Amino acid sequence: MQGARRITYSGWGRVHRATGPVARPHAADAIDGTAPAFGNRRSYGDAPLNDGGGACDMTAQNRILAFDPRAGVLTAEAGVTLGTLARVLPARGWLPPVLPGTGFATLGGAVAMDVHGKNHHAAGSFCQHVTALTLVQNGQRRPVTPETDPALWAATCGGLGQTGVITQVTLQLAACPGDVMVVTERRVADWAEHIARLDASDAAYCVGWIDATASGAALGRGILEEAEVGRGLPPARPAPRRVPLDAPHWALSAPIVRAFNSLYYHRVPATGRTTVRPFDGFFFPLDRIHDWNKLYGRRGFHQFQCVVPPEQAEALRAMLAEIADSGLASPLAVLKRMGPGRAGYLSFPMGGYTLAVDFPNRAAARALIARLEDLTVAAGGRIYLAKDALATGDRVKAMYPDHPRWLSRVAAADPDGALETDMVRRLDLRRT
Amino acid sequence: MEQTWIILGASSTMARALMQKLAEAGAGLVLAGRRMDDLQASASDALARGAALAEPVAFDARDPDSFQPVIDRALDQPGQINCAVFVGSMPPQAEIDADPGLLDGVIADSFTGPARFLQMLAPHLEARGSGTVVGVGSVAGDRGRIGNYVYGGAKGGFATYLSGLRNRLGRSGVHVLTVKPGPVDTAMTQGMEGLPFPTTAEAVAEDILAGVGRGRDVLYTRRIWWPIMLVIRAIPEHLFKKMSI
Ligand SMILES: Cc1cc2nc3c(=O)[nH]c(=O)nc-3n(C[C@H](O)[C@H](O)[C@H](O)COP(=O)(O)OP(=O)(O)OC[C@H]3O[C@@H](n4cnc5c(N)ncnc54)[C@H](O)[C@@H]3O)c2cc1C
Ligand SMILES: NC(=O)c1ccc[n+]([C@@H]2O[C@H](COP(=O)([O-])OP(=O)(O)OC[C@H]3O[C@@H](n4cnc5c(N)ncnc54)[C@H](OP(=O)(O)O)[C@@H]3O)[C@@H](O)[C@H]2O)c1
Repeated sequence: MQGARRITYSGWGRVHRATGPVARPHAADAIDGTAPAFGNRRSYGDAPLNDGGGACDMTAQNRILAFDPRAGVLTAEAGVTLGTLARVLPARGWLPPVLPGTGFATLGGAVAMDVHGKNHHAAGSFCQHVTALTLVQNGQRRPVTPETDPALWAATCGGLGQTGVITQVTLQLAACPGDVMVVTERRVADWAEHIARLDASDAAYCVGWIDATASGAALGRGILEEAEVGRGLPPARPAPRRVPLDAPHWALSAPIVRAFNSLYYHRVPATGRTTVRPFDGFFFPLDRIHDWNKLYGRRGFHQFQCVVPPEQAEALRAMLAEIADSGLASPLAVLKRMGPGRAGYLSFPMGGYTLAVDFPNRAAARALIARLEDLTVAAGGRIYLAKDALATGDRVKAMYPDHPRWLSRVAAADPDGALETDMVRRLDLRRT
Repeated sequence: MEQTWIILGASSTMARALMQKLAEAGAGLVLAGRRMDDLQASASDALARGAALAEPVAFDARDPDSFQPVIDRALDQPGQINCAVFVGSMPPQAEIDADPGLLDGVIADSFTGPARFLQMLAPHLEARGSGTVVGVGSVAGDRGRIGNYVYGGAKGGFATYLSGLRNRLGRSGVHVLTVKPGPVDTAMTQGMEGLPFPTTAEAVAEDILAGVGRGRDVLYTRRIWWPIMLVIRAIPEHLFKKMSI
């Protein structure tokens, strides 16, 4: 692409790196669809990387092109972040219908991963609210909707950017009848209570934090967070902070994580509590600390995230037990209920439960993650490609039964493989 | 108070970053520039972000006849009127050396066009007794370098002009901020490799707003360029003429 600079870059987990010419086009017509695109590289692994080849950084494509405040329909360039939308829209009565845990995710990245939020059980996945896209395929601009080309649509939603560079996204927003999030937190004592409370919750947003260091009878203990949009005065949010340097390797060692988790658990009173939080504080709690991925040091880190069908909750408990016994987990461990909503052949969600846990990048953690992947396959579940840096093609294809349909549509959209990324090559996704 | 900003060169990458922040703060925007389709897209963006007004108006720094309609559009608005100047062009010095006819255009884009515009606007700002003018110069204007001395000359002239304008308008409660960016990742520097101490358009916009808030006169962004240019300006001419920095 024109105007490219040679840089070395990585995903959020900083384990894989890529070097190559990266263009950051300011003019939309400079995007020619001859190289894979990336957004803010908030995917953990190698999905947004193209080592040795070119890439197109979409973050300068950051304009909202049309907004209809009556119908709540918005069309924007693909580099607009969900954090921007969550910041500017509530005052006009709207909210993005689905928000992942980071506001730095761009619209293009949200489509290419068909992301989910804390409301997935009720609202479905991101792309289920997208009504139109513009793709650039090898110099050709191509508007797509679910009606005009259902197969291309399904190959694009969650499709890792392999059907073309997404330049514009049209989104049906969700009505936002308030100014703050009203959040209720409750301690949950163990795994059985955690699952029972997730099942019983009828809150719009619901997520469980798990103390992945707790084992034995306390296995699965944590905090259940339920939230609704409400009216009120948003509390001021402290200014963002930045992690300036790579932390030493012991910063997230087992004793420190255990101590931190215990504090975090006991922070919520035994009787629970209800508080009011600003939208960004609720949806993107970690964004307040910029570059927090440096806490894992130079070697980087992994996130394992899987989803299993509802009847396999027991398999998930077994996985959590292995994680707790390993002493490798970090404070970031999340359990969510998922609904069936998904929009694409390679979309991650399925009805059931999803567990996400961060691990420092060490041999023991990589071995544990491989084992967890096996358990996921055995349970009929799948792992999330936005988080993956380690899996093998065979495992992933076994988890995604629609892969052949994705492949045939992608082969037509990008016959020369111009949009292949490091992840696509590692998982051999462009072949059966 | 209601604020309306005239943005000269509203299709610039830096201008976009500033406009997005102004729009989110609810300001009104008059987007002046040449590429109407691009201005229209930025106007839609500004309105979606909360701008009180966002209107594209045709403006060409080389065509003084286009100036008055821009001013008139802003004068329609009540409250405080501000102006931020982002127009500028930087063809490679080698192209100007090969075709001296290019020189007038560079000077018009980066200096005389915006200066004449501000000269026409100044009495209106004085009449309202408040307002801010932000003029984007460049570190390149601090010293004539072999690599881009025509652009540097234009930016240096503009900075001197702004200094005088500050002296004049300050007497009527109007503030003038001169901004001197080092390299910024924008359309102008697309693909240029190895630029020292680069920054982003978003960071420049934040610095501009902070400078406006604090009533700063001259602002280097990134800040490291202030000591660097202090040193570069201090090099005696008989040495500087042999250097190629
Ligand atoms: C702290 C944190 C919390 C998270 N929480 C969640 C969560 O709750 N739910 C969830 O679903 N995800 C979550 N994620 C993952 C994140 O939402 C996804 O990885 C998302 O894709 C990141 O967006 P991005 O713009 O950074 O995309 P990137 O990571 O840059 O790219 C992701 C993929 O999209 C492709 N792509 C990006 N832009 C385009 C484009 N314009 N055209 C074509 N292809 C494109 C890339 O090639 C790549 O394959 C979280 C990540 C972090 C760091
Ligand atoms: N980028 C840097 O490293 C850097 C460093 C120091 C200073 N600056 C200065 O910062 C300012 C903004 O530049 P930028 O970096 O954001 O680059 P940019 O996007 O290329 O902006 C330059 C702007 O000037 C406009 N322009 C040029 N000639 C014009 C004319 N005759 N009439 C009307 N508009 C005209 C361009 O309009 P069109 O879109 O119509 O071409 C464009 O909007 C410029 O003054 C530049 O000199 C830049």
